[in-house]
Amino acid sequence: MISRVEVQETNKMIQEANLDVRTITMGISLLDCIDTDVKKLTDKIYDKITKNAADLVKTGDEIGKEFGVPIVNKRISVTPISLIGGACGTGAYVEIAKTLDRAAKEVGVNFIGGYSALVQKGSTKADKDLINSIPEALSITDRICSSVNVGSSRSGINMDSVKRLGEIIKEMAFLTKDNSSMACAKFVVFCNAVEDNPFMAGAFHGVGEKDMVINVGVSGPGVVKRALENVRGADFETLCETVKKTAFKITRVGQLVAQEASKRMGVPFGIIDLSLAPTPAVGDSIAEIFNEMGLEQAGAPGTTAALAILNDNVKKGGVMASSYVGGLSGAFIPVSEDHGMIDAVNAGALTLEKLEAMTCVCSVGLDMIAIPGDTSAETISGIIADEMAIGMVNNKTTAVRIIPVIGAKVGDTVEFGGLLGYAPIMPVNGFSCEAFIKRGGRIPAPIHSFKN
Amino acid sequence: MKGIITVVGKDRVGIIAKVCTYLAEDGINILDISQTIVSGWFNMMMVVDLSTCCHRFEEVVDQLSKLGNEIGVDIRLQREDIFNSMHRI
Repeated sequence: MISRVEVQETNKMIQEANLDVRTITMGISLLDCIDTDVKKLTDKIYDKITKNAADLVKTGDEIGKEFGVPIVNKRISVTPISLIGGACGTGAYVEIAKTLDRAAKEVGVNFIGGYSALVQKGSTKADKDLINSIPEALSITDRICSSVNVGSSRSGINMDSVKRLGEIIKEMAFLTKDNSSMACAKFVVFCNAVEDNPFMAGAFHGVGEKDMVINVGVSGPGVVKRALENVRGADFETLCETVKKTAFKITRVGQLVAQEASKRMGVPFGIIDLSLAPTPAVGDSIAEIFNEMGLEQAGAPGTTAALAILNDNVKKGGVMASSYVGGLSGAFIPVSEDHGMIDAVNAGALTLEKLEAMTCVCSVGLDMIAIPGDTSAETISGIIADEMAIGMVNNKTTAVRIIPVIGAKVGDTVEFGGLLGYAPIMPVNGFSCEAFIKRGGRIPAPIHSFKN
Repeated sequence: MKGIITVVGKDRVGIIAKVCTYLAEDGINILDISQTIVSGWFNMMMVVDLSTCCHRFEEVVDQLSKLGNEIGVDIRLQREDIFNSMHRI
């Protein structure tokens, strides 16, 4: 029988260390909604989402209450929309965006992801139409998240799209300049994007997936930090074992919630994404884990090694705790969503270049970074190209979610609100990469991609 | 369905009586109780069986929480599964 000590340990994780299930994300395929008529297409999309996800929020809340663990977000991911709207032509995409937004509001989810295109080797007309529509789509809707996969270890990097997305990011920043250039916070560029990621802004329902699926993202940086407080000064073996054991426990909660949600909704269980995702709350921070490991600030020498330890041991502990692990799984290092990272930037300890180095060993990439609004589109493309190259060469997912805040300069702070937090404007290397970005074309796949 | 009830708060007369009375009225059977008092702080854990309970699980969670507010302690009911999942392979 369960002992009182075990019950107390679990409840302390929930009440004092912010253990939560970060998201239950329902993946819904829209492939069967494709139509040449925009009206019919949008009607089918609206009906499929609202019919199948009608009970998602209610079910999530009920499960949260029964287990006594918060389930913070209930979300939806859909098939990359470039594939769904292609038969309708250029004007269809914004209509689809409005429909997705309306459907999300109807079922009560806070985000719907999948306004996406996969262009790692090249773009179709549909892909280009979707990409061109992203600024308008994100500025006139509230709950849509968008992503574009521009590279992979097997295909190389589509530099034409990287160049275009620099311009697109500037455009969406400008369109939402009265709201902290917020549209950029809902858009992410990927290399090696995964098809079952439950986390926003990069979630989409891959074409290799079932018709519908339940994916769950667990979190709990605070729980890891709390566990490490008990092994202060111990060696790396003890440190790694502690992270591993904690990750196992966190993931078991996610597995339980995912199976329960799957059973109640009658939708197959997909994967658990065991990511340590921080929030702006004190005690829910990746940077605080670095502090606990012995670094004065995130960004100090040793930070990349500390993150590598964290990322690897979260996976090692979590993999055995779930029947299917997937998504991005590891540690996220967003700046605006982590008060410890924000403090490190403000203290001058953490720079864009150090963050880039850290993305070599974390689970994703440059995330929620605010930069001056006058940063050129080419420079943004250059930042994206660097990050995509890291992903391509290292066979890992990398991403860029960067916000050129129109009207803001280094030293300013921008407020995004809610889980997106606030961010100091970070300086960007001012030397030009314009001639490099303007070359166009595609970077070929790296030599180690030839594995067959 | 089994649940775990935890009661934490400043000790006073009648905490167990209040909680047990509520459980009896709702048809909830107590399978195990353990309780300690450290420096005047009351800490109790109960394992209960809700299979004959006349209310839905979430309703019992709310009612126990309300009862806790009335008597000045924190009362939680959670499904046993979360603890089994986390601490047993």
